[in-house]
Amino acid sequence: MDMIIKFLVAAVGAGTPLLFGTVGEILTEKTGHLNLGVEGMMSIGACVGFMAGYYTDSFMLALLLAAVAGAFSALIYAVLTVTFMANQNVTGLTLTIFGIGFANFIGIFVLNKSPEGTLKLPEKITAAMRGIHIPGLSDVPVLGELLFSYSPFVYIGVAIAIISACYLNRTKKGLSLKAVGENPGAADAAGIKVVKVKYVNIILGGAICGIGGVYCSMIINGGVWISDNVGGLGWIAVALVIFANWQPSRAILGSFVFGAFRVLKYYIPQSVLPFPIAFYDMLPFLMTALVLMISSMRKSSRINLPAALGLNYFREER
Amino acid sequence: MEKQGKALYAIECRQITKVFGQVVANDRIDFNVKYGEILALLGENGSGKTTLMNVLSGIYHPDEGQIFIGGEEVKINSPVDAMELGIGMIHQHFKLVEAFQAMDNIVLGTGGRKEKSRVTSEKIKKISETYGLEIEPEKYVCDMSVSEKQTVEILKVLYKGAEILILDEPTAVLTPQETEKLFQILRKMREKGCAIIIITHKLQEVLAISDRVTILRKGKSIETVNTAECDAKRLTELMVGRPVSLKIDRPKMPEPETILKVVDLTINKQDGSKAIDDISFEIKRGEILGVAGVAGSGQKELCETIAGLLHADQGAILFHKENILGKSPSEIIEKGVSMSFVPEDRLGMGLVASMGMTDNMLLKSYQKGKGCFVRRKPARELAEKLIGKLEIVTPGTETPVRLLSGGNVQKVLLGREIESSPSVLITAYPVRGLDINSSYTVYELLNEQKKKNVAVMYIGEDLDVLLELSDRIMVLCHGKITGIVDADKVTKEEIGMMMTGETRADEAEREAR
Amino acid sequence: MSTVTSKQHQEPLIRVVKRAELTAGRMMLLRLLAVFLSLVAGGVFIACVGQNPFVIYGTILSGACRSVMAFQGTVKIMIPLLITSLGVTLAFKMKFWNIGAEGQLIFGATCATYFALFCSGMNHVLLVIVMFLAGFIGGGLWGLIPAIFKVKYDTNETLFTLMLNYIALHIVSYLRDGPWMDPGSQGFPKIARFDKNASLDKLFGIQFGWLIALILVVVVFIYLKYTKQGYEISVVGESQDTARYAGMNVKKIVLRTMFLSGGICGMAGMIQATGSDITLTTSVAGGVGFTAIIVAWLAQLNPFSILLVSFLFSVLEKGSSVVQSNFGLSTDCADVLQGIILFFILGCEFFVRYRFVLRQKASCSGACRKETEG
Repeated sequence: MDMIIKFLVAAVGAGTPLLFGTVGEILTEKTGHLNLGVEGMMSIGACVGFMAGYYTDSFMLALLLAAVAGAFSALIYAVLTVTFMANQNVTGLTLTIFGIGFANFIGIFVLNKSPEGTLKLPEKITAAMRGIHIPGLSDVPVLGELLFSYSPFVYIGVAIAIISACYLNRTKKGLSLKAVGENPGAADAAGIKVVKVKYVNIILGGAICGIGGVYCSMIINGGVWISDNVGGLGWIAVALVIFANWQPSRAILGSFVFGAFRVLKYYIPQSVLPFPIAFYDMLPFLMTALVLMISSMRKSSRINLPAALGLNYFREER
Repeated sequence: MEKQGKALYAIECRQITKVFGQVVANDRIDFNVKYGEILALLGENGSGKTTLMNVLSGIYHPDEGQIFIGGEEVKINSPVDAMELGIGMIHQHFKLVEAFQAMDNIVLGTGGRKEKSRVTSEKIKKISETYGLEIEPEKYVCDMSVSEKQTVEILKVLYKGAEILILDEPTAVLTPQETEKLFQILRKMREKGCAIIIITHKLQEVLAISDRVTILRKGKSIETVNTAECDAKRLTELMVGRPVSLKIDRPKMPEPETILKVVDLTINKQDGSKAIDDISFEIKRGEILGVAGVAGSGQKELCETIAGLLHADQGAILFHKENILGKSPSEIIEKGVSMSFVPEDRLGMGLVASMGMTDNMLLKSYQKGKGCFVRRKPARELAEKLIGKLEIVTPGTETPVRLLSGGNVQKVLLGREIESSPSVLITAYPVRGLDINSSYTVYELLNEQKKKNVAVMYIGEDLDVLLELSDRIMVLCHGKITGIVDADKVTKEEIGMMMTGETRADEAEREAR
Repeated sequence: MSTVTSKQHQEPLIRVVKRAELTAGRMMLLRLLAVFLSLVAGGVFIACVGQNPFVIYGTILSGACRSVMAFQGTVKIMIPLLITSLGVTLAFKMKFWNIGAEGQLIFGATCATYFALFCSGMNHVLLVIVMFLAGFIGGGLWGLIPAIFKVKYDTNETLFTLMLNYIALHIVSYLRDGPWMDPGSQGFPKIARFDKNASLDKLFGIQFGWLIALILVVVVFIYLKYTKQGYEISVVGESQDTARYAGMNVKKIVLRTMFLSGGICGMAGMIQATGSDITLTTSVAGGVGFTAIIVAWLAQLNPFSILLVSFLFSVLEKGSSVVQSNFGLSTDCADVLQGIILFFILGCEFFVRYRFVLRQKASCSGACRKETEG
């Protein structure tokens, strides 16, 4: 029992960066733009946020700057694909290569300057990131640990997902956003500022991804900088969007399930299921591939895939 | 005097010019419309009607010219501007989000907070009652029929308080009954003081609904006349630019022999409904079989099935008494059934837009010849031959065909099909988007084929042309044949009746009564 | 005449207009300009981290070509990049977004490694041929999987090929940690160094993979431009409807092309493993699969341009390793510069088809024209 609770708690932690990436990408894709640069945006967010934390000791500032960095990298993507109408796939991939390269480059650059030979976050920040403790609530057996013991990131992530869900489904702005992704021509004719909607949401999505990135650099490795710290999570997030059927609320569940896959190897004793470690490492990717296959086979009647996904819009096209 | 006159007009356009690349779509166009009036904009395909309307609704920017709304000069930079000025546009191709409910489409782009769906629904119902529209606000657009979608489009602009309505070819997709219903609604709006512009190339509709007509030709405004003082003949002359005798040759061929026979053919659509419902007919050598019908009556599916692109559910297609149903497209091409199917997007199927004429000539014949290499030399020669023979205007055989004008693209496509010396030639809407002169070139080409003993199936929109060009006319309605008649023994009205689903037998019965 | 009363509805400052097609010469000029601007932007980046951009650029160039050894190193980097770029070109020409070159490369290398490890006693020439075939077929199969699902269920190929990258990677780490672990490494997880018999021969001091790569450039060029299959690929890439209408078997073409595309990438993996690394590691691909996509795109899918671009990228890569040892900037610098260059090229493609019109200019030219006409 204790083991199961520990496993669930670990799964939530491991799923949190995915949650940010997925929700960010959902907002982006709802504009009709497939941004394959999630990994890159997360990397840039990871790097900038980590460095901000490293130099300023401020958790909030790290978070904020990570979001700004993510937003800025999304802005590059938006300028190229929305205004310059460049190929979305290639632009996204480039952003990924650029982002990972940039993060690693800056990481090593700063590392070379540090006297200790490693980059470790100050204790003040690691403390802020550690699990919260609400007297009374967190002490309730089982529930306390399951609900009130996580790092603030987890609550921020869930909150962002829920707010995004409301934004998409309950507001006029959300309606406009969905219309842009479904049929930009119709949205344009209805008087929606298509370009503006695209920019705002792509950048918003980037900011959310950036926060996901800083989770990777600050928490996963215990506050020590290592290269490639996002390690493919951004790609899983892109795939999770499909699993979540473009709904932020379902993204919460999806990310935690995939988080569980990521930590499974620590909780299943070799004696029970004698799979090699490499298999568990492969599991999230394998599951994503399976999700892709199954969701395409099912062809369910009301999938939320934005109809204009991947197509650039030029009003005077004829 | 001039000042007073200006205030009368809901919209006045002066010297509107719009250029696309090298094409002048609108060339110094003038026209105006008053409140409480229906103005028809009449012009053939390519005369610049739709471009002009897109300028008015803020989708395109005019390169030159002035627009006055209610007497004041305005600049319309976006659909929002147009809407604020009270202009509502109902596009020919609906601008609706298929995955949304009707009411979400209607409120799309309006400000304010999102209301409870019940409140919105009530509001919409109230407006629709005022104008006599029928609508289910909760229905998803993807589940709607064409005329329902059009209702949503109209409600969209009314909901936003538009007083100037622009309808771009609104009847193209409607049955005659639905058209009449739409006209009722438009008349009601005119009574309420709306200014309505209806864009069309159908003369009968102009005469039926409009108060005045402005005629466009080749991007220019030619003349504005009062509908009451005009007739169809005069309108046609103005539209085409010369006195027209719409006379198309119909050479008679001796003793036609059946070459393609369709027997009990049924084709299901993906959603399970029937695209083609148990039809049988035959095509003979040396004849042109016209196919008439409202758009979407199964013409497309029929064409694609004969060409082997679609799977049929029942029946047979006999070519020289051999069933070709179930054969692959390449096998059918080898047998000499050539299909120059021209969908709405001409470059979508028949031609590869980014390739030059040479590579497009290869499209159906590249497999010929031994070895694994493509032989381009004969294709280039063929392209050059076609350029000379059909007077195709192009910078060269390697220029991407998407850069050619509509008429030239059509010639490339038809020329290639004809050069493969087919025994059956199927053309769908070959003159869509062409001006009258190019259209006549196409008719001549088809007649030439007929004289060479080719069986031609011609799917057309214009009943007058069908009546003059075809030897026999087959009428389709909802996937069923409502009649196959000799073209010289039938009137346009009779065909029109059959298009709405009445068979000749029904008619005879009614007359007997 | 009448006073203009346009108050709130002003024309936007800038708007986009489609332009007539540019000539090839001007297009080239535009792209060169983009590359130049990207180098300027890269220079700014370098300056930001406290280095002199001219010195760094100079070091990159000289570092890659200063000696025969350095040049051989550059070519060694170029071999897998060039071959992989050619591989993805086939798929991209068909508009099949194969970003799984990385995985295809790894799996091809893995299949070839099987023979290198367990059949090393075979006749050398035969073994090399068998390994080539194994690499090709392995990569091909890895490319075929997403293609099958694409034609059958329309599964998103971008994401699927991507996931297969990671799956292939973890297959290698499984083999490394388990069945194929070097018994002589005392428990340290690595795969044994290949027997000399199982490694590629050298030609002019570099493994002869470069010759294969050059041959492939010509072969792929001819294949795409002059063969029936190449023609089919372009038609399918342009419009599947048109292809179907022309009697082509689209599914077959997609499957065949993806097999070839993956196969070529697999061959790159085999060449990298048996020619350069002489063993199989998890970093056998090392991001080449992704860089290849950039190379192919920059070269506009033209094999000869790919040769040029991949050479330049290798210079960048090799040069940046010299920069690392001389200035302490990590080799990731190359990725950053690559990214910046591509951002600019992507942006410049816009100006090939469209142009911006400024408000002032537009109304002026309009007025001018009116005067001349009137």
